[in-house]
Amino acid sequence: MKHLKIDNLHVSIGDREILRGLSLDLPTGQVHAIMGPNGSGKSTLAKVIAGHPDYTVTSGDVLFDGESILEMEPDVRARKGIFLAFQYPSEIPGVTIANFLRAALQARLPEGEELEATEYYAKLYEKMDLLEMPRTFTSRPVNEGFSGGEKKRCEILQMAMLQPTFALLDETDSGLDIDALKIVSHGVNSLRGPDTGMLVITHYQRLLDYIVPDVVHVMVNGRIVESGTKELALKLEAEGYDWANEPEAEAVGA
Amino acid sequence: MSDTQTQLEIDREKGNFRYDVDYEFDAGTGLTEKTIDYICDVKGEPDWIREFRKDALRKFHEKPMPTHWASKDLENIVFDNIRYYLSQGQKPKRSWDEVPEDVKRTFERLGIPEQERKFLAGVEAQFDSEAAYSNIKEAVGKQGVIFVGSTEGLKEHPEIFRKWFGKVIPTGDNKFSALNSAAFSGGSFIYVPPGVKVSHPLQAYFRINAENFGQFERTLIIADEGAEVTYMEGCTAPKFDTATLHSAVVELVALKGAKIQYITVQNWSNNVFNLVTKRGLAMEDAEVKWIDCNIGSRLTMKYPGVVMKGRRARGEVISIALAGDGQHQDTGAKMIHAADDTTSNIVSKSISVGTGRATYRGMVNVPRHLKGCKNNTECDALLINTNSRTDTYPAITVRGTGNACQHEASVSQVSEEQIFYMQQRGLTEGQAMSLSVNGFINDLVREFPMEYSVELKRLIDLEMEGSVG
Repeated sequence: MKHLKIDNLHVSIGDREILRGLSLDLPTGQVHAIMGPNGSGKSTLAKVIAGHPDYTVTSGDVLFDGESILEMEPDVRARKGIFLAFQYPSEIPGVTIANFLRAALQARLPEGEELEATEYYAKLYEKMDLLEMPRTFTSRPVNEGFSGGEKKRCEILQMAMLQPTFALLDETDSGLDIDALKIVSHGVNSLRGPDTGMLVITHYQRLLDYIVPDVVHVMVNGRIVESGTKELALKLEAEGYDWANEPEAEAVGA
Repeated sequence: MSDTQTQLEIDREKGNFRYDVDYEFDAGTGLTEKTIDYICDVKGEPDWIREFRKDALRKFHEKPMPTHWASKDLENIVFDNIRYYLSQGQKPKRSWDEVPEDVKRTFERLGIPEQERKFLAGVEAQFDSEAAYSNIKEAVGKQGVIFVGSTEGLKEHPEIFRKWFGKVIPTGDNKFSALNSAAFSGGSFIYVPPGVKVSHPLQAYFRINAENFGQFERTLIIADEGAEVTYMEGCTAPKFDTATLHSAVVELVALKGAKIQYITVQNWSNNVFNLVTKRGLAMEDAEVKWIDCNIGSRLTMKYPGVVMKGRRARGEVISIALAGDGQHQDTGAKMIHAADDTTSNIVSKSISVGTGRATYRGMVNVPRHLKGCKNNTECDALLINTNSRTDTYPAITVRGTGNACQHEASVSQVSEEQIFYMQQRGLTEGQAMSLSVNGFINDLVREFPMEYSVELKRLIDLEMEGSVG
């Protein structure tokens, strides 16, 4: 079992502190959900773990199986097994999904070793079937002209192909209608297993009806204020976040 | 940008080497009437060419340097320091075995004989002023296709050569066409008889080996009625501390219903001034297509053109320019519509890296009395770094009521978010940049023959690997 451990993490963008002493322990084999109001710092947490250059870690640590990853480039972290399903995935004009994924998998092979094309396509088609994607989908340029639902499905396809140790799903449910949400959740659930840990970031309890978490964390103002079982999500749904708000703290942007 | 420097060196590695060569003929430095006499005597040229050259020399001196609209960098060319003719001999060999060892090993290292065996119908390999090797596959020669150097063309086939030589690009077209007309040596003369479709490309490879040297090849390609031919050219030079000059003139003539496709992958070292005039004439139902890729050189000024002289003639320019640190790629296209129902298409994509500068200059002209003419122009620029530069100067003149044109231009930048996204999938920053750039030009690279598109992709990968940071 591996652990992604976040230890008393403080993060700023410019002068503004967004994460204020956040701690979390995600082991493989579990799905944790982070819920919280807009601006509580949920997306920041995901981006900082992935190594986004805009954020400054002022104190605390992020440990991948005991090893700090804060000094590592984003691509090194990715190859170690950290995957971020983006809330707003970037477009890469002219680069097809098939070529992009091929390059990403090739980057994980030792120098001089070539990706085996037949196996690659077999795996790609298997994962596309799982996500109910037409075969023509992967010859489209990455995210270019995609609908919101297509973008999210494309993120999950990449996750399925790259088989990360720790997957961070940032508001994967946003912009999805109920059918798309079911397909995406089905895809995510099929990737659950003893060797994968998932951190599902969401604003709404709805997603957790489909991706049932082992642990739910409530995040407010850059901190985890409460952790519990999936019933905690239902309480949030019923009562909102007001009870969790610390009256002295002001909301910060994510 | 120190990484970029290192990587650019690596990219040049393929062409950046030099073996010492003994030259039998050397016209010395500077260009005067004496130099021209020397060249004419050595090459044993007829008097009309001697006159043609001397007239061109006068025009060269008269013409102003185009620094008022182009680059002041042109002022750094010291014409008196340049050597205008260097060769080991005039007659190219028909077999690689006969090519002198000191020259042959250069082309072997560049992989030319191997490419010839694999996919070419004929090859000419020019070393400084003259072709060291020129050969055409027997089957192609039997169809009546002529593929020789310019000197042999003008001597052995004057009836075809003289009819078109200097007619598509007059000597006084610009200062550098005049310079080429005065000092030209090497280049190809190609004639494809009526109805003959040459199935594989003919290729020329231009190699500059000497320092302080000017290469002035002259190419004339004539595709007779209904004929089809594809010509490819590649080029390299070692990197010297001093500036080198390459100033070619290329004239294409596509007679009724003929098709000529001319492909360039320019990879000069970044001390080379590459000042080239290229133009094609397309008669009725003929097609001239330039596929022009500029990766190397210090300054390139090149605007391939098509004069559509017959009805339903088509002209096309597909252009890719990559301007790395310290480079200026000033490229574009000229489309002259001179008959009804003619169609032209320009697609230009440029990438500027570091302090690199890419400039697009386009000229499209459709006069009032014509009808049914169409032009499409697209030019897209990609900026890699914040100090990179791109400029677009489209000059489109479409008169009359029955003609149509459309023009689209875009400038984009590889965003940090895009790079982060790709890095998050495990690609290094350099790989991410390279993939973005390849995606940007992907649709144009497909126009190149397979062997060239692979090479092109590799060159771009090498350029981009170190362009970050």
